[in-house]
Amino acid sequence: MEPALYQYLLRLADSSLTMGQRLAEWCGHGPYLEEDVALTNVSLDLIGHAQMFYQIAVEVSGEHKTPDDLAFLRDAHEFRNPLLTELPKGDFAYTTLKQYFVDVFNLHLYQALSKSKHQPLAQAAKKALMEVKYHLTRSQAWCERLSLSTDEAKQRMQQAFDDLWFYTPELFETDEAMLQLADQGLIADYSVLQSYWQQQVSDLISKCQLVVPQSGWLATGGLQGEHSEHLGYMLAEMQFLQRAYPGCEW
Amino acid sequence: MNTEIDTSQLVVKIFEILESVKDPEIPVISIRELGILQQVKIAGATVKVGIIPTYSGCPAMFVITEDIINTLYNNGFNDVKVELLNEPVWNTEMISDSGKKAMKAYGIAPPLSFNEKIISCPQCGSTDTTCISQFGSTACKALYRCENCLEPFDYFKCHA
Ligand SMILES: [Zn+2]
Repeated sequence: MEPALYQYLLRLADSSLTMGQRLAEWCGHGPYLEEDVALTNVSLDLIGHAQMFYQIAVEVSGEHKTPDDLAFLRDAHEFRNPLLTELPKGDFAYTTLKQYFVDVFNLHLYQALSKSKHQPLAQAAKKALMEVKYHLTRSQAWCERLSLSTDEAKQRMQQAFDDLWFYTPELFETDEAMLQLADQGLIADYSVLQSYWQQQVSDLISKCQLVVPQSGWLATGGLQGEHSEHLGYMLAEMQFLQRAYPGCEW
Repeated sequence: MNTEIDTSQLVVKIFEILESVKDPEIPVISIRELGILQQVKIAGATVKVGIIPTYSGCPAMFVITEDIINTLYNNGFNDVKVELLNEPVWNTEMISDSGKKAMKAYGIAPPLSFNEKIISCPQCGSTDTTCISQFGSTACKALYRCENCLEPFDYFKCHA
């Protein structure tokens, strides 16, 4: 058991799972049919990524567990995702911008992780990377389209930006254990990720004429398992079946 | 009797049998042509079939696994294990030329490259087409419309 790597893999998996679960909430509620299908397809990809990372976590832990055990039988304080990924789905602008922030992050993250010295992680990152490129193409196109559209669309994009902006620094938060993993060449250097991310996102901000909010509460805590109340409600719904009928399969 | 030759002949035979296992979403293409079927190994009485997923969240993998087991069972192999391999990582280069042809004939534009902007209509061949959605009926496809014959069609996205 390598506790640091295990915790890190949970962070990757929990982030993808919560993003995927939130997108799944759009099923049947997308703005139109094609977009409804796109949202749930991206959801499926993200849940697939979570499954890959949980599988590696299980192997690293050496415990007799399954990816499903990790997804459905841990409580909120055991989740390691940043608060951004557990936020409610909000309106379409909010979902789209949140997706964009995470897509840019994932693009650089998986590019770096595909060179990880932990082979299973490198393989999983390569696989996820191919899919993230398409996620980003879509979310970026929508950000531009909405920001340069009607007054209402612009206003909603700016509102989403104001609401989400101070959750983004937490994506790059690291602790002592992660720094050691990075030194060993197992995970990415998060300060490098952050500079790539800022560069790319600032290009979009100017293209979309969004106004960067000046100050706000900086989200933090996910890495230590301190979450917003949103995660508890999400897990209550997502984990209901396994909690009510332990070991249930179909 | 040379058991090694026997085994390799058996592997060839199993590959032939598995040619009838098609992708559930594109039933004109076998899982071998799509690059999903990667290896067949014989370990004692057990047939081990190694497959890789196209997309990480692809729900068809469960159906494909069952189809492999059922197909081999119907051909007299009742001890079959299907393993999901981590390597190689699937990409659209693995789709065989015959697979791409069959795909086109079925009405799905086969994958070109990630930055390819000109996607031809599989019905009339026109290059005057518009992307309607990056994600079509499944995650691996995008939805297009032909501006010439006005038919909507799926484009199998490039993953490389
Ligand atoms: Zn046409």
